[in-house]
This record gives sequence, C-alpha cells and structure tokens, in this order.
Amino acid sequence: MQKNALHILLADDDEDDRLFFKDAFEEIKIQTNVNFVHDGMQLMDHLMNTDNKLPDILFLDLNMPKKTGKECLIEIKKTEHLKDIIIAIYSTSSSEEDIEDTFIQGANIYIKKPSDFNTLKKIINEVVTVNWHYHTSGLNRDNFLLRLK
Amino acid sequence: MKLFIKFDINTICSLYLKQNLEQNNINFTTLGFGEIEIEDNIDAEALDNLKTKLAPCGFEVVENQKSVLVQKIKDAIIELVFMDDSNNYKSSVFLAEKLNHSYGYLSNVFSEVTYSSIENFIILQKIERAKQLIIINEMSLTEIAFLLNYSSVAHLSTQFKNTTGITPSAFQRIIKKRRENLK
Repeated sequence: MQKNALHILLADDDEDDRLFFKDAFEEIKIQTNVNFVHDGMQLMDHLMNTDNKLPDILFLDLNMPKKTGKECLIEIKKTEHLKDIIIAIYSTSSSEEDIEDTFIQGANIYIKKPSDFNTLKKIINEVVTVNWHYHTSGLNRDNFLLRLK
Repeated sequence: MKLFIKFDINTICSLYLKQNLEQNNINFTTLGFGEIEIEDNIDAEALDNLKTKLAPCGFEVVENQKSVLVQKIKDAIIELVFMDDSNNYKSSVFLAEKLNHSYGYLSNVFSEVTYSSIENFIILQKIERAKQLIIINEMSLTEIAFLLNYSSVAHLSTQFKNTTGITPSAFQRIIKKRRENLK
C-alpha cells in the first residue's frame, strides 16, 4: 500500500493501554511503526526535539500526569511545525463536552477507548485507512473529523 | 471581512504541474487523469529534481501499475461525485466505461491496494462534498441531499453520521467554533 511504514505515536500514562495498543497495531495489515511517551511533558519534549521524526498520527490520552492531553493539544496547534499533525484523542471519557471541545481545539479524531481487543483493532484499522485516503486523495484535512466508539 | 472561495482542484493541479514542467524546460503533453507524456528523454537526475520540487505540494510520481489504476479510479470517482448531474450515472457503469475495465476487476484491484472498497471511497467523497457544501452555507441540507442523490435528508444524515461519527449540524457547529477559536 505504501513504501514507508506509517509513523504512530501514542501518549498514554497507562501501561496496560499502551501494550493493548501496540498489540492491535501489530495485527493490522498496514505497516506501522509505533512509539510511546508516558506523559504530556515527555510528549512535548519528544515533539520539540528536531531529531525525532514527527508522527503521521498522534494518539493522545486526555487524562495524563504533568501535562494533560488537552493542554498538549492546544500547544501543538499553536506550534507552527506541529500544527499539521493528525491528532486522534484516545480517551475513556465519552462526555459530549470533551468530544466537542477537543474537536474545536483542532483534534481530527475522537476515539472512546474500547474495552475489548477486536473493537480496538477495528477502530485502528478504520483510522489508518481513512487517514490514508485523506493523505492521498486531495481531501481537505481541515474538514477531517471522525468520532469512533 | 470573510470570503468563501470555491476552487477547482483539477485546474489548480494541472496549472501548477504545467508551470513546474515549463520551468524545468521539459516538453510534455498531458493525457488527462494525471498522466503525462514527456517528449524527450530526460535523465534520472532531472527526474529526481522534478520529484523533489513537486513533493511539498503532495505530488508524487506513481510507479506501480496497480497504484496507477487505483489513482485513476479515485480521480474518476472524484469527477463523478463533483459533477452536477451525477444523478444520471450509476457509479459502477461510469467507472467501467471510463476506465475500460470490468467493474469487478476495478473493485478487486482497489481493495487489494487500499484495503478498502470502491463503495466506501465513494461514500467518503460524497460526505466530503457534503461537508464543503455545509461549510459554504448556501444550501439547505435538503438541497444538499438532492444534489448528492440521496433519497432523503434522513438518508444523508445517517450516512454522514456513520462515516464521521457526528451529525451534520454538530459538524457545522464545530467548524464554525474552530474558526472563531483561531482568530
């Protein structure tokens, strides 16, 4: 499908969630390269360090120590070289307020953390496929909003 | 002052491509569908040069035959979805006639390369057009549903919600607030 593996970064403080996420990415057909950070501070350090390749999609947990996902989102959208990264919120919250608010702040995708592995795989597959269409088919990224349960 | 600008992606792309090729002194003819025939032999270095120059705007030289066909399918779908009389065509017939392959073959190649189906891609494009029309805010949802060949507003709303996870009105509200937020 594409020559280079897709670059994925997950910011999440929960170790089980990170493992679950990693396994799901290993089982989908599309080739990916998954990296992790454990909190908001570490995420911003990672993104600001120009030695690191920027992710194609950033999965962002809202509830993290040191710096919350929402603070990171706002900071990323204000930073010139980061503001075009596709951001998928990956959260346990399903409050309509959180969802709408993160979309308004510039998130592209909102995923309610699923409790079973197959749903997660299905969701990840959909995110990666739709993202790829946006990447290759001249779709307008400003209009890219996707909510998955 | 706020202006909404309509533009034609095809024209922009062809124009940009033409200017770049001319700047590089390359003689060429366009064959449509993003296909270009270069008249003289150009060396690998000049070709690489051109690729690097075009890359920042998202242009990419497609090298694999199946990917070429998939790109043609996508272009034809976009053409169909953005036509104003698209109601007159059945998509499978349109694609088969346009690309001179059976729909079954096209559908297999598309799924093999993209891991998704032609039907899904058509829906994605229709919803994309609906989004643009909603943002421009000149038409009611009923008019948009008719233009895009949905049997009813409910049908459009359902497909919009299934594709994006949010309703058309939530979409409109979010984009509006996001813009205000950017100011």
